[in-house]
Amino acid sequence: MDQIYQLLAIMLGAILANNFIFSQFLGICPFLGVSKKVDTAVGMGIAVTFVMGLASAVCFLVNNYVLIPLGLGYMQTVAFILVIASLVQFIEMFLQKSMPSLYTALGVYLPLITTNCAVLGVVLLNVQNNYNFISSVVYGITGGLGFLLAIVLFASIRERLVFADYPKCWDGFPIALVTAGLMALAFMGFSGLKIW
Amino acid sequence: MNLKKQFMEGLLTQNPVLVQVLGMCSTMAITTSFFNGLGMGVAVIVILTLSNVIIAAIRKIIPNKIRIAMFIVVIAGFVTCVDLLIQAFVPDLASSLGVFIPLIVVNCIILGRAESFSYKNGVAASFFDGIFQGIGYTVVLLIMCIIRELLGAGTFGGGILGPDAKGIQIIPSQFPAGMLTLPVGGFLVLGCLIAAMQWALSRPKKNKEESK
Repeated sequence: MDQIYQLLAIMLGAILANNFIFSQFLGICPFLGVSKKVDTAVGMGIAVTFVMGLASAVCFLVNNYVLIPLGLGYMQTVAFILVIASLVQFIEMFLQKSMPSLYTALGVYLPLITTNCAVLGVVLLNVQNNYNFISSVVYGITGGLGFLLAIVLFASIRERLVFADYPKCWDGFPIALVTAGLMALAFMGFSGLKIW
Repeated sequence: MNLKKQFMEGLLTQNPVLVQVLGMCSTMAITTSFFNGLGMGVAVIVILTLSNVIIAAIRKIIPNKIRIAMFIVVIAGFVTCVDLLIQAFVPDLASSLGVFIPLIVVNCIILGRAESFSYKNGVAASFFDGIFQGIGYTVVLLIMCIIRELLGAGTFGGGILGPDAKGIQIIPSQFPAGMLTLPVGGFLVLGCLIAAMQWALSRPKKNKEESK
């Protein structure tokens, strides 16, 4: 039962209260870069969720069964980024062969996931929080879902921003950042949700 | 060698944060006190300069197809070194920056400069590019820190004098808007700074057009 409560706490935290974008500032670059249209935002969100879940699982195994037994704990950052880069490459090849339609939809955003700091961030946080295998995977997937939620909401607001009338120097990133700031304020309301 | 041009590009016209809009995550996340900003800035200057030099030195033997992976390995190596050094000599900084030190690996500024500058230019030019771009990043971090700390907590220079030092109280503690030290403040302050930068950069052009 405790395990279930803990998992539930991790899920709620990762999606709402400690959302990766709005309270931990991880993955801001793709969040701002790929949020001009809702369609691409959805694609990016799903791809990131998938990679985050898979990376959490693989990096947990690499860390616990390769790095720690060999006493190479200090190589974590290098090992994790290599694992993530090869995972992304592998997914890219897999999608190209088996699901070409999804592959063309994601296009250039797929390789960019390597440098998404949310992916490396979730892996490092798993190690820092001493999560076990199941918790790590759940944290990875729900963290990705939180990213998906944030980027889809943000993209739908940005589509409407085109019609807004604001001073010219705020064009582009500044207005997007202020919008994201206001959304972060809204998400802060969830920090009252504490079941742990 | 046009050092002056590179310097101006790093600091103003091609500023990594305000104009190229790279490396946003760390910029917003850690700029809550002067100490954090300075530590992060120095770490990025060191890593950016070293990785720029190495990548410029080996650029001729890197196969074009796997260059991104090679860049990341070089950068990750230096980040690990700096991470271990910070943990050993400045443990307070390591605990307050937390996961954001290893995350310098995926800081887009470093990968961006590797791809767009040091892969195409010589060692010396890349060395100075690393220093100047790093300084540009640090200056923005410090400005953000000062604004957020002053308006959010009413203090200045928190953490410089000691790990738990609060900094000098400038605005009495009941007035500041605490919101600015929260994540929200990061988004809002950076948005305002980029807007100010866009306004400032668009002004001289207008003047020239008018004088014509």
